[in-house]
Amino acid sequence: MSNFFKETDIDTSQAEAIVTETLKNCDDGELYLENHKSESIVLDDNKIKSSTYNSDQGYGFRAVTGEVVAYSHSNDISKESLRKSSENLKDTLKSKKGTYNHEIPKTNSKYYENINPIESKTFDSKIDLLNSVNNYLRSKGSIVNQVTANFLGEHKSIEIIRSDNQVLKDDRPLVRFNVSVVLEKDGKKETGVYGVGGRQSYDDYLKDGSWKDVCDEAFRIANVNLESKPAPAGEMKVVLGPGWPAILIHEAIGHGLEGDFNRKKTSAFHSLMGQQVASEGVTIVDDGTLHQRRGSLTIDDEGTPTENTVLIENGILKNYMQDRLNARLMGTKSTGSGRRESYKHVVLPRMRNTMMLSGKYSQDEMISSVDKGIFAVSFGGGQVDITSGKFVFNCTEAYEINNGKIGSPIKGATLIGDGPSILKEVSLVGNDMKLDPGIGTCGKAGQGVPVGVAQPSILINKMTVGGTKL
Amino acid sequence: MIRDQEFLKDIASYCIENSKKLGATDVGVKVIHSVSENVSFRNKKLDESNRADSFAVNLTTYIEKKKSSINSSDLSKSNLEKLIERCIDATKITPSDENNSLPDKDLMSKEIRDLNLYDETHYPNDKKIEFLKKVEETASTDEKIVNTEAGFTENKNNFILANSNGFFGGYKTSNFSSSCVAVSRINGAMERDYEFGSTRFLEDMMEPEVIGKIAADKAIKKLGPKKIKSERIGVIFDKRISKGILSTLASAISASAIARGTSFLKDQINSEVFPNSINIIDDPKIEKGLGSQNFDSEGVETNSLKLVENGILKNYLIDTYYGKKLNLKSNGRSGGTTNLYFENGTLSFKDLLNSEKKFLYITETIGHGGNIITGDYSVGASGFMVEDGELTYPVSEITIAGNFKEMFKNITLANDLEMKYSTNAPTLLINQMTVAGK
Repeated sequence: MSNFFKETDIDTSQAEAIVTETLKNCDDGELYLENHKSESIVLDDNKIKSSTYNSDQGYGFRAVTGEVVAYSHSNDISKESLRKSSENLKDTLKSKKGTYNHEIPKTNSKYYENINPIESKTFDSKIDLLNSVNNYLRSKGSIVNQVTANFLGEHKSIEIIRSDNQVLKDDRPLVRFNVSVVLEKDGKKETGVYGVGGRQSYDDYLKDGSWKDVCDEAFRIANVNLESKPAPAGEMKVVLGPGWPAILIHEAIGHGLEGDFNRKKTSAFHSLMGQQVASEGVTIVDDGTLHQRRGSLTIDDEGTPTENTVLIENGILKNYMQDRLNARLMGTKSTGSGRRESYKHVVLPRMRNTMMLSGKYSQDEMISSVDKGIFAVSFGGGQVDITSGKFVFNCTEAYEINNGKIGSPIKGATLIGDGPSILKEVSLVGNDMKLDPGIGTCGKAGQGVPVGVAQPSILINKMTVGGTKL
Repeated sequence: MIRDQEFLKDIASYCIENSKKLGATDVGVKVIHSVSENVSFRNKKLDESNRADSFAVNLTTYIEKKKSSINSSDLSKSNLEKLIERCIDATKITPSDENNSLPDKDLMSKEIRDLNLYDETHYPNDKKIEFLKKVEETASTDEKIVNTEAGFTENKNNFILANSNGFFGGYKTSNFSSSCVAVSRINGAMERDYEFGSTRFLEDMMEPEVIGKIAADKAIKKLGPKKIKSERIGVIFDKRISKGILSTLASAISASAIARGTSFLKDQINSEVFPNSINIIDDPKIEKGLGSQNFDSEGVETNSLKLVENGILKNYLIDTYYGKKLNLKSNGRSGGTTNLYFENGTLSFKDLLNSEKKFLYITETIGHGGNIITGDYSVGASGFMVEDGELTYPVSEITIAGNFKEMFKNITLANDLEMKYSTNAPTLLINQMTVAGK
């Protein structure tokens, strides 16, 4: 737990007094303090390419009245700096008058331990492991052209001071371990990437040689892609594998169900509350309470405890994801979805772990029902245009399906669809729901936050596959 | 207010001296201060006001050929002292790499030219608000526009870059940017488009009415899009996105991708990569340029480079580390390109649109479907059909796909280059790509 006012010219009670005074005519707001330590150690091209340690600390002071957000942030935690920020906020909101909402739910739940992953594994042992990864993969033969592996670890302490001395705190560990391999055969080069992570120590993900599984998976994907043929172009049936392909859910409907876009009526979903937006049997939740998952939070960045929010239940749109501002303006309550990348950023309603729950079909049943289509197992990133609803994602491992049988692997292609209608095209929902391995980062308005996704295998009746083969 | 050079220099010197005292043989450091003020409007009302005051120190220490780095936002000497110690400790146990080193002394920038990158004018928030009111007023005149958002950001930066070979260099830069996003609606379906301006000097900013009008016009034109049939067709890239081709080239010819063998342009130096009419230039010394700089992120002098001359790839983008791997000298491109552009083509925009009966004209792509290793490319797209030289109807929910190697060789440029961003391209045609739709 960081003491933010140690070694400054201001103490907690003085800071609390400034907060209370600044926010007295506002609807909401807080002083958000953050101490963030992170490290990155990268092995590339047979060498430790870089080792970097980052130490960042600062505050973001926010005042909200009506729809207006005034924000001021700085690295400098001092009396003068806070006063200046306070003046700045009051000046922006000088013509507004609000009533402070003191209500904020309390929680005793914790979804991760307060550990510092950077310090809980020695620097030497991290370097050793990266070298072992390199040696292990290169021992698979001269086909291995390039190996990159890295550790990313962080520890973030936050403290939220609300009006009238309400103080909320959280300590958040986060790690990620990634391996990327480039294989070369007959002049053709392909990449395979895999990684694991979450809110625990590195060793929780790497013990008993499980780092080898990460290497093997990256190697397997690259190997499959070496045999890939040009992907088909046009509309066809698509079977998605379980787990990480749920970024389809994240892009296609997740962003469209964030409170801000619906309050502003810029989301393609803003007039669809209570309506059928997906096939029967499709249930989607956004859950911040899963233990040690990458997208989980004990409290969000406004201090609201997270929850398991049902977004779509059996095809019907039930809830949006809300932060305090959008919830107040839409007459509802925060779902604990108010997040920010750091003290430098304003709060936005964001996803945590977005999951489609299991149905009753097996993956085999789905594949054997397809005459001509593709089977997509792994993806790179995706993107969505909230307003038109169009979204894309890129396959990194996919196969043709011909007459109910899986055929040759196909080259990476973009798949494009329409958010509000795609879930109506989901004809079968699998019984094999899986969480992703803990590697997702979601970008919105220039802010990246860690997220998770999960889904079972699904069959989509019609989607456009962006290959080169007509 | 933005801190002066002396203040930043003092911190840089402190870092270098302390690192050396603890055993560093070489040291590189950058100290940055930036102040940013942003105001945003939505539907003609104030939405957000944001002020940021940020410091950063980036320090790299070397012990012979071992290297490690730290970054921090806390400039207090007590914090820096602890972090320097940590950095030296990590350096000691990091395996050495024979290519780690500071840049050669004779390549370092010797003098700092005033490239007109700093405008000290402060544009107060009430002025920004007036500006944004005009932007949104113009953007929302048509009743089909149902939502508008507009923002104005003012940035002031100062930095010093220094190393233990005696290099000290830095200067102030400024940036003013304004944007408008308009949402249009017809029959319950919505489309979104935008306009954006970014300049070093306030006086060069586009008129607010122009920003608003362009955003609204573009959003309205996109209404009622159709999905087209899959086919092979010539694809014209609007100026907003044609510059993406240059960004791809820049990634593929970075010394890191070449040295690691992970570029589709590996071994293509001095070969024909584009049609012979094409020249590509990276010029860091353009006055007021958004990508202009005196030296690169290691302090190496940067000069104008012809990356592609008459279609032939002439230069990689080289920094010190990967330069050593390739046995090449740094050409001042640590940190990438500066002001990168295609020299103008010969056809007018109109003639380009008329050069075939039918084209697909793309105004926006989504997704990250470019693979630098294989050159494979596949992204989501929207835009318009062009028939007999006219934009006939909007198109969406399609993809365009090809391979960069082939795409590069089939480029025709129009002559409408504008220097609006740090990377700029005229409208360009790529003959025959695969479009996937219905």
